[in-house]
Amino acid sequence: MNETSTAPSDARRRGRLSGVGRVLVAVYGVLALAATGRSLVQIIERFDEAPVAYALSALAAVVYILATVALVMPGRAWYRIAWATIVFEFTGVIVVGLLSVLRPDLFPHDTVWSWFGRGYLFIPLVLPPLGMWWLARHPVRDVAADTAGDVRRRRVDAEGRA
Amino acid sequence: MIEWFAYAQVAVAVVAGLLCLVLGLAGRVPNDLVLGSLALVELLLIGQVVTALVAPAVGNPPTGSLLEFWVYLVSAVLLPPAAALWALIDRGRWATVVCGVASLAVAVMVYRMLQIWTVQQA
Repeated sequence: MNETSTAPSDARRRGRLSGVGRVLVAVYGVLALAATGRSLVQIIERFDEAPVAYALSALAAVVYILATVALVMPGRAWYRIAWATIVFEFTGVIVVGLLSVLRPDLFPHDTVWSWFGRGYLFIPLVLPPLGMWWLARHPVRDVAADTAGDVRRRRVDAEGRA
Repeated sequence: MIEWFAYAQVAVAVVAGLLCLVLGLAGRVPNDLVLGSLALVELLLIGQVVTALVAPAVGNPPTGSLLEFWVYLVSAVLLPPAAALWALIDRGRWATVVCGVASLAVAVMVYRMLQIWTVQQA
């Protein structure tokens, strides 16, 4: 009951962070945590074995963190960063995934994207398209326009009262 | 790590996760059942922390990397409180789904921890 009465205003106010988008953010957060933890271990224990693969893992981890933050934060700049990071991830999982299948000698050590993210239940392959679909369904100009509209309405109210 | 305890813990986390997913998709907001299942998952994780501290000293050392094991364990311990906090702030149906996702993630991580302890070679 309570939920239905607050949901529409919540959706307008929070923009991307509404409804099922919250689950998307949570899954991104967990993936960011997993990728960061694993790449920390790889770098601390055996960075010299495969500097390229493990540096790539660390880069991927940082991008996952950035994507999680960008999905939560409001505003046009963060919306662009969300798109950029998610496209980067999708490119990464496709390119590294293909290379690890076709030329396994290039990637003897696992990265988060090897075999299309097999070590992570293929979540790295599934998540970016979901993220892009979500971002496309929630363009930021609506939110910006809403906020601008609110400000304008408030100003008119104030002037009207004055 | 004690093998049967780890498997029991994976089973509990999977059941708790699926329960929360079903409840959330059915439109329920986080209730005592949801938060209770998270609390049970967390309690078992704390049991796992104690086990992992004691086990190497009593002749049950990990075959794999102890550092990797602890990174997984600490991350897993943080997940249920984070999801519960989310559920307390948000109080919508999707918060229930988030609790389910957290429990399922814990299940995967505990299984991976068991692999590190028993299968992985350092």
